[in-house]
Amino acid sequence: MKHIQTINKANLKQSAAKGGCGKCQASCQVGQKCER
Amino acid sequence: MIHKFKIKDLNIVLDVNSGGVHVVDDLTYDMVDMVEPPFADECPADVVAKLNKYDAGEIKECYDELKSLYEDKILYSEDDYEKYAKAIMAPVKSMCLNIAHDCNLRCKYCFAATGDFGKGRKLMPLETGKAAIDFLIKQSVGRQNLELDFFGGEPLMNFDVVKQLVAYGKEQAAANGKNIKFTITTNGMLLNDENIDFINKEMSNVVLSIDGRKEVNDRMRVKVDQTGCYDRIIENYKKLVEKRGDKEYYVRGTFTKYNLDFANDVLHLYEQGFEQVSVEPVITDPSVPYALSEEDLDTIYAEYERLADEIMAIKEKGGFINFFHFMIDLNQGPCVIKRLKGCGCGNEYVAVTPDGDIYPCHQFVGMDDYKMGNVHEGTFDLDLKKEFAGAHVYNKPECKKCWAKFYCSGGCNANNLSYAGDIHTSYKLSCDMEKKRLECAIMLKVIQMMDTAE
Repeated sequence: MKHIQTINKANLKQSAAKGGCGKCQASCQVGQKCER
Repeated sequence: MIHKFKIKDLNIVLDVNSGGVHVVDDLTYDMVDMVEPPFADECPADVVAKLNKYDAGEIKECYDELKSLYEDKILYSEDDYEKYAKAIMAPVKSMCLNIAHDCNLRCKYCFAATGDFGKGRKLMPLETGKAAIDFLIKQSVGRQNLELDFFGGEPLMNFDVVKQLVAYGKEQAAANGKNIKFTITTNGMLLNDENIDFINKEMSNVVLSIDGRKEVNDRMRVKVDQTGCYDRIIENYKKLVEKRGDKEYYVRGTFTKYNLDFANDVLHLYEQGFEQVSVEPVITDPSVPYALSEEDLDTIYAEYERLADEIMAIKEKGGFINFFHFMIDLNQGPCVIKRLKGCGCGNEYVAVTPDGDIYPCHQFVGMDDYKMGNVHEGTFDLDLKKEFAGAHVYNKPECKKCWAKFYCSGGCNANNLSYAGDIHTSYKLSCDMEKKRLECAIMLKVIQMMDTAE
């Protein structure tokens, strides 16, 4: 693309479907590894 | 929802609901919030008219690129996550053990009322610690990996009990098919060869409190006689970190209105040999003289950008520093469900006092309305737990419409309560600083990823 450079492989949509296992650590003050 | 911002000659567009990050030219930057789905075949005439300083052919190309990214679901993507926020009650798996409600320092900004949380100075008895560990194991149904943080006050004032509780925790974890990850925070005053070796062996992470430069640290972090502690703790920390090898640690400081040039404190800590650094804004009663306020924000924003520059300069010279609040993973990171429910306080995470009282987290300790139960009495308020489980970003009006919600995850419930009046109401000053940090973090990651791609 000429005007836009996409930097990353966004994955929030995919993560919703199989996320929420609760194995990752608590995160007081997140942006963490999945520990599924 | 998109968020666009300019920083260091970059135009960055974040697609909030997919996590997509795009670097764009000036034309795209101007156009990106003038158009939205559903996309027509041609760029709307009113948009073309507004962009009349650009070439018509370029406008068409740019519009087609935006439309293409929308079709790829990495721009203008839908927020369809609220359905995942309905039922996120979860087992308790993480505990803050306030092993000492006493401290040998009198830090002026201490949220724990210089160590006793306003409830009198007291050390946790061994039996209370054991009952707390029993509670954690019993509550953690379905969870194998648990976390136990020794906190205070100053935990090393009760070091013998810390040692015995680590042994007890390991024994009980093994008997129940669990793993407990131990962590500790210390002010460094009582560190010696014996407890350094114990900490480095048993604690998966250790947080070493220090504010930065000697004059900055010693203005706020004072002993009972009101003299500073820098000279004593800095050498202890160097010894601990040198012996620690590759295990996790942080030197962690607080900046106040007195050191709005806090990047210098981060750099000072780096120059002292510490690569894992967190220097965080004081959150306190707005009426105290060292409190941060709205009028400081522009200075703080500029300082975060200067810090980002300094971190880039260190890395360009082959050095390494990790600044806690600039950590972000743009490719993976946690799932969106973790992101929307945040820290887990009062739900997955609780704090226990020397008396065995249970609170949603260390910041709530001493707030009688938020006492959840007691580990000796076998009480645990599930209604209050449910209230905290519901404190996700879709139940916080300001968060729900905020671009940063999947990175900040709704902020700190305790700060919201103390300074905005309700756990669901965002504390604006904290939010504003968090958003600036996120922009800097995204920028640093973008530059790193662009360099790697080249």
